Amino acid sequence: MELINPILEFKKVCVSYTKQTMAVKYVSAQIERNSITAIMGPSGCGKSTLLRAVNLMHNLYPNIHVDGEILLNGADILTMEPIDVRRKVGMVFQRPTPFPTMSIYDNVLAGFTLNGIRLSKNEREETVESCLRSVSLWDEVKDVLNKKGTFLSGGQQQRLCIARALALKPDILLMDEPTSALDPIATKHIEELLLQLKNDVTILIVTHNMGQAMRISSRSMFMYLGELIEYDDTQKMFSDPSDERTKAYLTGKMG
Amino acid sequence: MNDKIFRIILYLAACLMPVVCGGIVYALVTDAFEAFNHFGFLNFLTSSEWSYTDGAERYGALPFITGTLLTTLLALVFCIPFSLPVALFVGEYFKGTRIAEVLSTITSLLAGIPSIIYGLWGFYTLRPIIMSLNISPQGSGILTASLVLAIMIVPYAASLSAEFVKMVPDDLKEGAYSLGATRAEMVRKVIFPVAGSGIFSSYILAIGRALGETMTVTMLIGNTNQMPGSITETGNSMASIIANQFGEADGLRLSSLIAIGLVLFLITAIINLIGKYLIKRARIA
Repeated sequence: MELINPILEFKKVCVSYTKQTMAVKYVSAQIERNSITAIMGPSGCGKSTLLRAVNLMHNLYPNIHVDGEILLNGADILTMEPIDVRRKVGMVFQRPTPFPTMSIYDNVLAGFTLNGIRLSKNEREETVESCLRSVSLWDEVKDVLNKKGTFLSGGQQQRLCIARALALKPDILLMDEPTSALDPIATKHIEELLLQLKNDVTILIVTHNMGQAMRISSRSMFMYLGELIEYDDTQKMFSDPSDERTKAYLTGKMG
Repeated sequence: MNDKIFRIILYLAACLMPVVCGGIVYALVTDAFEAFNHFGFLNFLTSSEWSYTDGAERYGALPFITGTLLTTLLALVFCIPFSLPVALFVGEYFKGTRIAEVLSTITSLLAGIPSIIYGLWGFYTLRPIIMSLNISPQGSGILTASLVLAIMIVPYAASLSAEFVKMVPDDLKEGAYSLGATRAEMVRKVIFPVAGSGIFSSYILAIGRALGETMTVTMLIGNTNQMPGSITETGNSMASIIANQFGEADGLRLSSLIAIGLVLFLITAIINLIGKYLIKRARIA
């Protein structure tokens, strides 16, 4: 299926950690705007590696090479400055990573302070409130904004990290197993949140929780040994996978 | 039976440490008593006279306390611009690489050089430079001693703070990068705040080392007993006045030197305890 106006497009993307071993092999795919796309697959299949290529995280590690093209709104990000790309592509990690020395308030604004962008007091207050509201954290923390971010529960910390990423108004939000360190209730909260957020931002989420992929994503990728095996509507993939390996994974015969 | 003997040996060895420490404190206190008794404790600490004319002996520790605190403080100021970059180089920018390994090996080599060698270098290399720059006529003084002292404590401050820089989790660094931070911004806004208390405690321990450093300071500070008027003037630190005069002193003067030793011991002990406490806290956090 060819999308007319994909927000993101992978073209023969390869990622290698050493010359001999490729972690991601010739992945080509288009990502639909304002949707949630899940990337699934067993551990070591390259799903996180592919995700981290989108905000040029691999540039931090000189041994890792990324080849091919990754087009964000038609422009190849692999030729762009990492700093510019990362402001348009937000990321939420497996473990919540609020900055431990910053207050909740400062954590939301970290994207601005880290980039040396000065906001007026009004802009700051508005940003903090609207971002915390959009992750449904405002009511819980509005009286403790000056406490450290690490004072919150794991699920709240993860929502704070999402708010922090949203503050920069990214085009895409990358999520690397964002609920794997959380309990089921916090996980449910985050999933509900993502379904609301997709109206404003495109979400690409790595998960090895198949139920999660089914509940929230409209399209799903299945990766195995670095290759993109199958990419289809989530409903279709779960009910009628076209590849034997996808079927084996989805039915629990392969993990 | 064998086991019992072994236990006794262990107990004896373990008891020896507190006994030695207590013995040193006891000796210092009893021998310093005469000076404190004669001049009064506070008066001894705040008087800046040091004259050993017979019959009109006046001893006060203030010039030497000032000398010690001034050299230590200056050494710290000079040490930071060198040790902080080394810590970042080893602990962040070139973390885990060969070049970082080489640099930290050389840094720890510097820590092992005997202080007399630093003293010689300072006396025959640095002192002439200070003279030729017209900073002070005789070349030695508070400033010269502080500069060499700074070089001596760089290895301590650098290697310890590098450990704390290294301990900042990758998660947090990637979190900052993912928001579009440059490396310099990440260092400023994430590494410094997170590793800050650890880095701070490294400097406290480095200070602890500078306070008691004797040989280098004695060779370079100029050994005069007045209050130093400025940092380019000569003076004496607590350690250097003792090293200079203990051989020829007796009676009240010897007791005064020992009293200075007791004060130095207390200051160093307190600084070290604070440093160790802060490091312990920084490691837990």
